[in-house]
Amino acid sequence: MASLVGSRVERKEDKKLLTGRGKYTADVTFAHQTYAYFVRSPHARAQIKNVDISKAAKASGVVAVLTGKDIVNDKIGGLIAGWRIKSEDGSDMKVPAHPPLASESVNYVGDHVAVVIAESLDEARNAAELVKVDYKVLKAVVKTDEAMKSDSIYKDIPKNLCFDWLLGDRAKVKEAFDGADKIIKVDLINNRLVPNAMEPRAANADYNPSTEEITLYTTSQNPHLARIIISAFNGVAPENKLRVIAPDVGGGFGSKIYPYAEEVVCSWASKKIERPVKWVGDRTESFLSDCHGRDHVTHAELAVKNDGTFLGFKNETIANLGAYASVFGTVTPTYLFGPCATGVYKMPAAYSNVKAVFTNTAPVDAYRGAGRPEATYTIEVLVEKAARELGMDPAEIRMKNFPTEFPFQQTLVHSVDSGDYNAGLKKAMEVADYKGYEKRRKDSEVNGKIRGIGFCTYFEACGIAPSAVVMSLGCGIGLWESAEVRFNPTGNVTVFTGSHSHGQGHDTTFAQIAADQLGVPLENIEISHGDTDKGPFGYGTYGSRSLTVGGTAIVKACDKIIAKGKKVAAKMLEVNESDVEFKDGEFIVAKSNQKKTIGEVAFACYLPGTYGEVKSPLPEGEEPGLKESSFFDPANFSFPAGSHICEVEIDPDTGTTEVAKYTAIDDFGTIINPLIVEGQVHGGLVQGIGQALYENCHYDDSGQLITASYMDYTMPRADNFPEFKLGFTCTPATSNPLGTKGCGEAGAIASPPAVMNAVMNALGTDISMPATAEKVWNACQKMKKSNSEAA
Amino acid sequence: MKTFNYHSTKDVKEATKLASSSSAFLAGGMTTIPSMKLGLASYKDIIDIKRIKKLSGIKVSGKSVTIGATTKHAEVANSKEIKKAIPSLAALAEGIGDPQVRNRGTIGGSIANNDPAADYPSACIALNATIHTSSRKISADKFFAGMFETALKKGELIQAVEFQVPEKSCYQKYPNPASRYAIVGVYVAKHKSGVNVGVTGAKSCVYNEKNIVSALSKSFSSSAIDNVKIPSSGMNSDIHASAEYRANMVKIFAKKAVDAC
Ligand SMILES: Cc1cc2nc3c(=O)[nH]c(=O)nc-3n(C[C@H](O)[C@H](O)[C@H](O)COP(=O)(O)OP(=O)(O)OC[C@H]3O[C@@H](n4cnc5c(N)ncnc54)[C@H](O)[C@@H]3O)c2cc1C
Repeated sequence: MASLVGSRVERKEDKKLLTGRGKYTADVTFAHQTYAYFVRSPHARAQIKNVDISKAAKASGVVAVLTGKDIVNDKIGGLIAGWRIKSEDGSDMKVPAHPPLASESVNYVGDHVAVVIAESLDEARNAAELVKVDYKVLKAVVKTDEAMKSDSIYKDIPKNLCFDWLLGDRAKVKEAFDGADKIIKVDLINNRLVPNAMEPRAANADYNPSTEEITLYTTSQNPHLARIIISAFNGVAPENKLRVIAPDVGGGFGSKIYPYAEEVVCSWASKKIERPVKWVGDRTESFLSDCHGRDHVTHAELAVKNDGTFLGFKNETIANLGAYASVFGTVTPTYLFGPCATGVYKMPAAYSNVKAVFTNTAPVDAYRGAGRPEATYTIEVLVEKAARELGMDPAEIRMKNFPTEFPFQQTLVHSVDSGDYNAGLKKAMEVADYKGYEKRRKDSEVNGKIRGIGFCTYFEACGIAPSAVVMSLGCGIGLWESAEVRFNPTGNVTVFTGSHSHGQGHDTTFAQIAADQLGVPLENIEISHGDTDKGPFGYGTYGSRSLTVGGTAIVKACDKIIAKGKKVAAKMLEVNESDVEFKDGEFIVAKSNQKKTIGEVAFACYLPGTYGEVKSPLPEGEEPGLKESSFFDPANFSFPAGSHICEVEIDPDTGTTEVAKYTAIDDFGTIINPLIVEGQVHGGLVQGIGQALYENCHYDDSGQLITASYMDYTMPRADNFPEFKLGFTCTPATSNPLGTKGCGEAGAIASPPAVMNAVMNALGTDISMPATAEKVWNACQKMKKSNSEAA
Repeated sequence: MKTFNYHSTKDVKEATKLASSSSAFLAGGMTTIPSMKLGLASYKDIIDIKRIKKLSGIKVSGKSVTIGATTKHAEVANSKEIKKAIPSLAALAEGIGDPQVRNRGTIGGSIANNDPAADYPSACIALNATIHTSSRKISADKFFAGMFETALKKGELIQAVEFQVPEKSCYQKYPNPASRYAIVGVYVAKHKSGVNVGVTGAKSCVYNEKNIVSALSKSFSSSAIDNVKIPSSGMNSDIHASAEYRANMVKIFAKKAVDAC
């Protein structure tokens, strides 16, 4: 039987998703349904003096109006920061309370003040206008780099500083810098982004007063985590009385990893009014209240020798957490950022110092890549600038500093198990026709355009796990993954995974793995995920972890199935277990033509008897049934790496930048389904190029979100991109039996620096993201001026 | 969305009679419906005019192209006759929004709305358009009164827009990267009677850029524009483009338009 691993199997889920037969949270409507509409703060920062609900409560169709006072009275817990970070001085991070409905103050535009529940959405929305909130408006703190100099938003958090964190050795770095020939410096802004999942967030909670059980449908990347938080921290219901279902989910990019105020409020409200409560966010609510991404202000320096050898690296970053510390808000700019900031290089000394600040903006949390895009951007812009200042080829300076021996102990944390960075870069240069670049540049010049080329070589740490390691670093949960493989009596298979698919294609990739392991045809395997009442616990999908951690759990559960199957087959065939081998779905007796298919064995396990004879196919003491589960906690992260080369063409008349050519060569270890992996890379690239050239979340000085719709927030579109040239190298991961490394975020990690390095190469000057037409045009004007002065 | 009364009529007179201080005509709905959904506008009466047959259609004579008010952008973009008579007008329609918008949105709705960044108003200015309404004819230079404001009176219905066929013309649009409305759009047209340069996106209302008009009247070539100064005062300034940048783009896109004429 041909192996399915490695083949371009078309996505099983696409028929459903592309023909409108998916079932999303908004599609779920219960009998006696009520509809929730949230009253949100129009101010970035204000005290709540009074909330008058009397008019709203009497309005047509209104069932209930609940406020922050009710939250307090019912002792509903606040939303949590999931990761505890300590400052350099050893003190604990400082985080403000984050009640699901505010009762004392509001801290960003969109913050939740009250909820109106009515018989229809229109009635709820109309009544929400009647809720009278008396605010005392205060001066908002908005800008990342001014937060520490501004008024404290929360009285016990001086300078709005959550923590001042250090990773690395300042003294060693100083020594390295003292001995350097040259210091390269950059000041960078990693622009704030809005995740923009295609499906806005939604929740529908149904409390059954007779069983006291809540069923919560929600747009989650991680239903098990939602359940544990809503029960253990918010205290809405005990875990055994809370079922969380994340049905089809239309994208998340990190913004749907954890529960928000809306899920907590809908669940709690449903219990109070004993009716189902449904909330479906609209696009404006997504812009205002989905957690945003990035938002760093960084000063970084690289110490080099004249021959291009790297000696040391420092990274001083201010990270904006927004108004509250969200679940992964504190780890994203620390452990997910700091370690990777030394890049894919040997770096004798380094430190990353991150000051995380609160501002009156939406909370910031993990967004595709989470910390690693910011890290990669920092080091890769710096390295390219070093090449420019030393007059070296950008490829040469990188190769000079690549590690060649693996495992490679990276400077700040990671022990990188495998990789071949030279091979990747060489292949990228070949595919990108680096040799032909100069000719293309001249051709552009003839057409009045300015061409630039930019490199990015990256590694990242994903497959996010080792529970013991992450918990030692402050993580509040484990990060293993689980699987249950269940043979049905007729020989087909259902696989339950604790991870969740919201675009990644688990239904296909995971089925390919199980099909290969069990020798069962792909179409006989169903993947089930997203329901805490089905299958085992899990930690969801993010950090490119589903396949490396969750896929491995499937492999291990399959191993257990085969082990049991061997015993049963031996009994059925009346031979010793040691004589039975399993291959391509069959248990075969060595050197004979005796065999049992895995389907026959499964059938026997469920119907363990024989007509007319008292005889069991099960060995003595063996339980009936054929179902196994496994929990996998890898020994290490996985470390994808790659080399991306971008060419841009700039129109100096308008400043418009076009991505003319893009080459991505990635090492994701073993690839299960190249079609899906290429799709993931495409998606990552467009998000990363979007960040570099188009997307920017902009608040004005009073904290109003200016880019609150697609009229002003520039989502990239298909016609903004050339055809991407993709390729792969492969050094299998050693930390999981599949050898996979994770591919979901790489595109978004590598592309911003590749694009920006190309733009800066073209313009010969630093420029910040996004490189909008006007910024580029201004740089072109300066270039023209200095050229004419020189002439 | 707030509740409202929906009326549908086949008759121009009835439509104008139904109109009140709190009503809107519903043509493509591409502006009206989103504004109502976002709570930016609310009306007591919505008067659907799409079933009024005589408001839709394209008539081309030697000298003019007349487009019925409820004619959709896609119909203009795909009209063989318009492509022949004024190709730049069909091209303009092809560049509005996306396929959904082009298959709903109408020329009458677009110019009645007079969005400062809309495309059609620049065509009206450049092509000496006459706007035929339920009660009179208005020339384009008197029609566009200010930001989202026109010379239309309450209940006055646009029936058709009549464009003068030029000798040469071209529309060049620099789309806003987010919305793809015009950051600036420049419609250059050369008529026997003179040159017009309709500029949209740059100011609070479409206008005829007289500095470029006079340069092109002397010599109809892009190099004639080189030394024209476009002041940035009065230009829009927002997160996408400053006034100064817009002023420069007016010039750049006027040159592109002349080159492509
Ligand atoms: C996503 C999107 C992108 C867009 N991109 C562009 C773009 O790039 N360029 C561009 O120019 N436009 C763009 N538009 C606007 C589009 O062209 C609209 O179709 C147009 O602005 C309004 O036309 P409508 O037929 O939809 O009018 P409606 O929304 O039905 O009506 C708009 C207004 O005009 C009035 N009205 C309508 N018809 C008449 C009439 N015959 N007489 C008097 N008053 C009337 C109505 O009372 C109402 O006040 C875009 C719209 C959307 C939604």
